[in-house]
Amino acid sequence: MSGLVGETETAVPARRHGIKDGLRAGYRAMPGPLIGLLVVVLVLSYLSPYFLTQRNIVNILSQVSDIGIMAAGAALVIITGGIDLSVGAVLATSLMVNAWLYRYGGVPFPLAVIAGLLVGTFIGTINGALSTYGRIQPFVATLATMSACSGFALFITDGSPITGFPDWYTSLTSVRVLGIPLEAIILVTIYLIAAFFLRYRPSGRALYAIGGSEEVARLSGLDVKRIRVGVYAVAGFLAALAGVIVGSRLDSAQPSAGASDLLSVIAVVVIGGASLAGGAGSMLGTFIGLLTIGVLRNGMGLLNVSPNLQPVVIGVAIIFAVLTDRRSAT
Amino acid sequence: MSDPLQSGLQCHKLVKSYDGVPVLKHVDLSLLPGSVLGLIGENGAGKSTTNSIIAGVVQPTGGSMELDGAPYAPTSPSDALHQGVALIHQEIRLLPGLTVAENMFLGRQPVARGRIDRKRMVQEARAALEALGVEVDPRRMVAGLSMAVQQGIEIAKAIIRKPRYIIFDEPTASLGQSEAERIFEQIRSLQAAGAGIVYVSHRLDEIRAIADRVVCLRDGERVAAWDGPVSRQDMINAMVGREFTFQHYAPKPCEGREALTVHGLSRGTAFRDISFGVAQGEILGFAGLIGAGRTEVVRAIAGADRADAGEIHVDEKPVRITSPRGAMDAGIVMVPEDRKGQGLNLGRTAATNIVMPWESKLGPFGMITPGVVQQTADVQKRRFDIRGQIVEAVGRMSGGNQQKVLISKWLVEKPKVFIVDEPTRGVDVGAKMAIYEIIRALAAEGVAVIVVSSELEEVLGLSHRVLVMSGGRQRGILSRAEATPERVMSLAVSA
Repeated sequence: MSGLVGETETAVPARRHGIKDGLRAGYRAMPGPLIGLLVVVLVLSYLSPYFLTQRNIVNILSQVSDIGIMAAGAALVIITGGIDLSVGAVLATSLMVNAWLYRYGGVPFPLAVIAGLLVGTFIGTINGALSTYGRIQPFVATLATMSACSGFALFITDGSPITGFPDWYTSLTSVRVLGIPLEAIILVTIYLIAAFFLRYRPSGRALYAIGGSEEVARLSGLDVKRIRVGVYAVAGFLAALAGVIVGSRLDSAQPSAGASDLLSVIAVVVIGGASLAGGAGSMLGTFIGLLTIGVLRNGMGLLNVSPNLQPVVIGVAIIFAVLTDRRSAT
Repeated sequence: MSDPLQSGLQCHKLVKSYDGVPVLKHVDLSLLPGSVLGLIGENGAGKSTTNSIIAGVVQPTGGSMELDGAPYAPTSPSDALHQGVALIHQEIRLLPGLTVAENMFLGRQPVARGRIDRKRMVQEARAALEALGVEVDPRRMVAGLSMAVQQGIEIAKAIIRKPRYIIFDEPTASLGQSEAERIFEQIRSLQAAGAGIVYVSHRLDEIRAIADRVVCLRDGERVAAWDGPVSRQDMINAMVGREFTFQHYAPKPCEGREALTVHGLSRGTAFRDISFGVAQGEILGFAGLIGAGRTEVVRAIAGADRADAGEIHVDEKPVRITSPRGAMDAGIVMVPEDRKGQGLNLGRTAATNIVMPWESKLGPFGMITPGVVQQTADVQKRRFDIRGQIVEAVGRMSGGNQQKVLISKWLVEKPKVFIVDEPTRGVDVGAKMAIYEIIRALAAEGVAVIVVSSELEEVLGLSHRVLVMSGGRQRGILSRAEATPERVMSLAVSA
C-alpha cells in the first residue's frame, strides 16, 4: 500500500534514541487519519458483535463505493486548492441523461452509459474552464453548475424516476468476483490509479505544486490552466461513474440521487487529511477517510442509532479528525 | 531621566533557546533615546530573535530587560507597543483590500458616536504620512502601491502610536537607493524627535550612514561593538569572523556570439522600446531604481508576462515567448525576485522544488520516481553546496540556502540564457559570495547571464556591461570601464 501515500513530505529526522523515540517515530510515520479509523473500528467491534464479520466489512465497501469514487475526484481538486460543489448534481444529471437516452431516446444501453460519462466529463470541463479561463472562484463556479445540474436532472423527466434497465446493469452491483463486490473492485482500482498518477506522473505531482503556490508552479513552466481544467474534468467523470453505480444499485434513475452526497464527499477528503487550502492530501488518506465514514455509518446502523443523529456523529468525527491531524500540519 | 543609566532600553544577558538549542547567548544591548543603534550579523546570527524579544513577539529563555529604569517584559507585540516599543517588520504586512488609513488604524479606529470617525482617521493618517514625507492619499487602497510607499505606510503606522523606541528590521531590503534615502530621512527625523532606534541591515553602507553605534552578532553572541564610525571591512570581518575582502574580480572577457537579442520590447506602461544583446559568456547587469521597469523587462523575456511588441532572438533565431514554458523551451530561464511568492514552495522539500520545472523531462516513460527526484536534488546539492536536508521543507533552511536551492532549481539543465532577479536578497555575506561564484562560473561556461539587482555594488562588480533603466525606458548601456557608481546613478535618476 506504500504506493498510495502520494506525497507525505513531512520528513522525520533520522534519530535513534531508544524505544520511546522509536514509538514516537512510528506514530508519526502512520498516516494521521488512520489513528481515528482504528479507534472507531475498536469501539464499534466492542459494541456490536456483527461489526467485524467478513460479510459486514465487504458490505461497508459496497455501501460507500459511490461516495468513494466521487471523493477520489474531489481529493484531486482539493489538492490543487480548488473545490467542486457540483459532484452530487453532476451524478444526478449524468445518470438521468443516461437513463433517458436509453428509455426514450432509443439509444443502446452501453452507448447511453458512455453518453452519461461524457456529460459528467463535459460539466467538469466547464467547471474547470470557468474557474481558470473565466477567473471565477471555484466555489462560485461549481455552486452555479451544481444549481444548474440539479435543476436539469429534475427537468428531464419532470421529477419522476426512470426504471426498467437491462438485467446485466443491475447485476453490476450484485455480482462478486472472488467474494468481493464488483463495485468495491472498481473503487479500489480508481484509488490505485489516482495514487499512481499523483506519485509518479509529472501532471499528478503538478497538482501539489499548484496547490502549494499557483504562481511558483506557473513560473516553473507548468501549464497550470490546462492541468486545473483536467482535474475538474476528471472529477466530473468520476461523479458520472458514481452515478452509473447508484443507478445499478437502485435499479432506477432518481433525479434526486446524489443530492445529499456533497457533504459526505468533502467530509471524506477532509477526514483523509487533505487541506482545503490546497497542496496537501493523498489517495491513501482519502481512502482511510472513506472507510472512517463508511464504518461510522455502518456501525451506527447496526447499533440502531437514529438516522437523524448520524450526521451529528459525522460532524464530530470531522472536527476530531482535523484537530488530531494538526501535528502533521506544523 | 537625569541618570543616563536610568533611561533607555537595556537588555541584560538575553538568552533564547528553541527545543534546548540556544540561538541567542547572553546578549547585552543598550539603546539610548535619540540614538541609532546599528545591528549587524549574518543571517541566523540572532538579530531577528533579539528584535522579536524586544518587541514582545517571543519571550526570552533567560536574561532581563529594562525600559527607562523599570523592568520590561512584554508579553505580546501589543503590550510592547503599549509600553512604547514598536517593531517595523522586514516584510510588509498591509491588507491590500483596505485603504491606507484603514490599514494604519487597524483594530483601533477612532470612534465618535458609536461609529468609526473616518474624517479624523484620514486626517491623522495624512498628518503622519506627511511628517514622514510619504506621498500617498490615505483614502486610497493599498493594492497596487509600490513597495517603497508601502514600507513608508508601515513606518507611519508604527509612529502614530508615538513609540519611544523603534526597531527597523531591514526596512530597505526591497527598496532601491533613492527610496532607501527617504527611509533614512524618516529615521533621522524620528531620531531628532528623541526616539531610540535599532536599525538592522545587511547593507553596511546604510549602517555607516545612519548608526551612531554598531553591535555585531555572530552565532547568537555579541562579538563586537563600536561607538562611532567603523569601517566596512571591520564590520565584515566581525560578521564572518575571519579576514575577508569584499572585492569583486573583473569577469573574464567574453567573445561569444550573441545568445540573446532583444529588439524594441514594450509592454503597456511598464516599459517601452527596450533593445539589447547578451553574448554567450557575458554577464549583463540591469541597474536602476525600484520601479524603473527592470523586473518587468526580464519577466517578459522569461515569459512570465506577455510583451505587447518587440522581437526576441535566441542564438540569432527569432522566438515567440508567451509562457514560462515557452521561454524554457527556447533556453531562457529566470530566477524570480520573490523567493516566497514566485520562486519556491516553502512548505515542500528542496528536492521537490528543484525538480519542479523538469519533471516532464526526467525519468523513464514520463514517470517521476522518488529515486529520480532524490538523485537530481543530490546532484544540485553538491554542485551548489546547499547546506541542509533536501528532504526537509525548504522554508526551514536559511535564506542563503533557500536562494541556492532556487538558483539550482533553474540549473538542472544548462540554459542558453540565465536571468537572475535580485540574486542575493535577504542572503548573508557568505552565501552572497557563493552565489557570485555560481554566476561567474555559469558565464565562464558560455551561458549568457542577466543580473538584475538593486545593489549597485553587486551589479557593477559582476557585470561585463550594465544596462541602466529609469521610468520604463532604457537610459544607456555602459561598459565595465564606464560604469562608475556616479555614472550609473545619474542615468538611473534621469527622466
